[in-house]
Amino acid sequence: MSVKVVIPTPLRQYTEKKEFVELEAKTVGEALAGLTGQYGDLRRHLYTEEGKLRTFVNIYLNDEDIRYLQKEHTPLSANDVISIVPSIAGGKRAEPTKDHFYGYVD
Amino acid sequence: MATLIESPVSTRLSKDEILRYSRHLIMPEVGMDGQLKLKQARVLCIGAGGLGSPLALYLSAAGVGKLGIVDFDVVDFTNLQRQIIHDTNDVGRPKMASARETIADINPNVEVVGYETRLTSENALDIFRDFDIVADGTDNFPTRYLVNDACVLLGKPNVYGSIFRFEGQASVFYAKDGPCYRCLYPEPPPPGLVPSCAEGGVLGVLPGIVGCIQAMEVIKLIIGRGQPLIGRLLLFDALGMKFRELKLRKNPECPVCGEHPTVAKLIDYDQFCGVRGEDHIVPISVPEITARDVKKMMDEKKPFVLIDVREPHEFQICRIPGSTLIPLGEVPKRMNELNSADEIVVHCRSGQRSAQAVGLLMKAGFRKIHNLRGGVLAWADQVDSNMPKY
Repeated sequence: MSVKVVIPTPLRQYTEKKEFVELEAKTVGEALAGLTGQYGDLRRHLYTEEGKLRTFVNIYLNDEDIRYLQKEHTPLSANDVISIVPSIAGGKRAEPTKDHFYGYVD
Repeated sequence: MATLIESPVSTRLSKDEILRYSRHLIMPEVGMDGQLKLKQARVLCIGAGGLGSPLALYLSAAGVGKLGIVDFDVVDFTNLQRQIIHDTNDVGRPKMASARETIADINPNVEVVGYETRLTSENALDIFRDFDIVADGTDNFPTRYLVNDACVLLGKPNVYGSIFRFEGQASVFYAKDGPCYRCLYPEPPPPGLVPSCAEGGVLGVLPGIVGCIQAMEVIKLIIGRGQPLIGRLLLFDALGMKFRELKLRKNPECPVCGEHPTVAKLIDYDQFCGVRGEDHIVPISVPEITARDVKKMMDEKKPFVLIDVREPHEFQICRIPGSTLIPLGEVPKRMNELNSADEIVVHCRSGQRSAQAVGLLMKAGFRKIHNLRGGVLAWADQVDSNMPKY
């Protein structure tokens, strides 16, 4: 099944700046495995050392959170879109002396 | 959704107000009832920065009766590219004073309540209690979780916006009717794991757009019209000029708004987010050198290699003479360009990324290596006052 994975801006530095990656996969887990196989540096941003998806990175299949589908076992159909949606922070920096984890604009 | 602001019975609009708000009043969706609700409404903006500027400006212009602002910062030149509530003459002044003046110019009918303080677990509930809606314009995770939890505990809607470079997110977290921020992200990213200041920056218009979306959501909640962003996460990609929408679900196991909440009062959010004072600034302790000492080495013609680990576009803004650019991300694979027998000084903008680079190089066996403390900023302060800061 050919699907598209949308890469959010903060993680594009690990995917050669690509906005999305197209690959073949039968499940969401397979697609993510394919993605992190292709772009090794992305792996630690998506998975913990124990191989679990990180809680601050949400994975959506089309417009639905995979936590409410069958998680990584969720089957894919052709032309599905998987989105990686990390928590981002931007707006007003509360402590001007500290740079923040995701960007430092205020 | 339950009515947030009841139709006011005793409030009236003056003749001047009727003229001022006439373009609202002639729309049936707002009308006199909606405008009176706006006048009755009490909205709290957390931050008068990139998102807070358009928020506060439009809410004031729209005739929100009471506008609270939490901000203790001072206006600086780097703010002006996007924080349009402040102007050039305000640089050096408290943002609160500047915001208050701008709002008074736009609409003197608005009562501005300023909280020139850092929002903390100790003061948040007391501040929030006096408002109907909270609009979150902060960018750091401890404050974001604090705002979320305080809103859930008090049963108030939290109109959320967030930006990163060319990308924005917006939603309305209202635990009474939908999910909260913790349903979406139960935990914040640990410090240091996710891309840091190297990837920072934002196009000034982006917080304008996202802040305006927040202002619109606030007004919809007040007048009780339309479909609020409750249970929906709006994603905005400015480069592609695309809006997408994701479904948000209430997590029954959410520690704050779930069926069996474990968070019944505000906690220590710095600890929760893994931020602890100075260790956050320099995650690893590495040997340092001051800008003055580096200049002295140059003047005395001592041999050393100066490595700049910023990004190429930052190198174009300014550079220390004689430096070689190796962006932090390329350090691991370009280490072989360096000789561990050389004296090496590494720098970036403020000294944080270079500390990471020095740490990497030390792990690889480099010993004659120093981090330029304070980076380009320190160089501008101590050595070359013509060096631009950014």
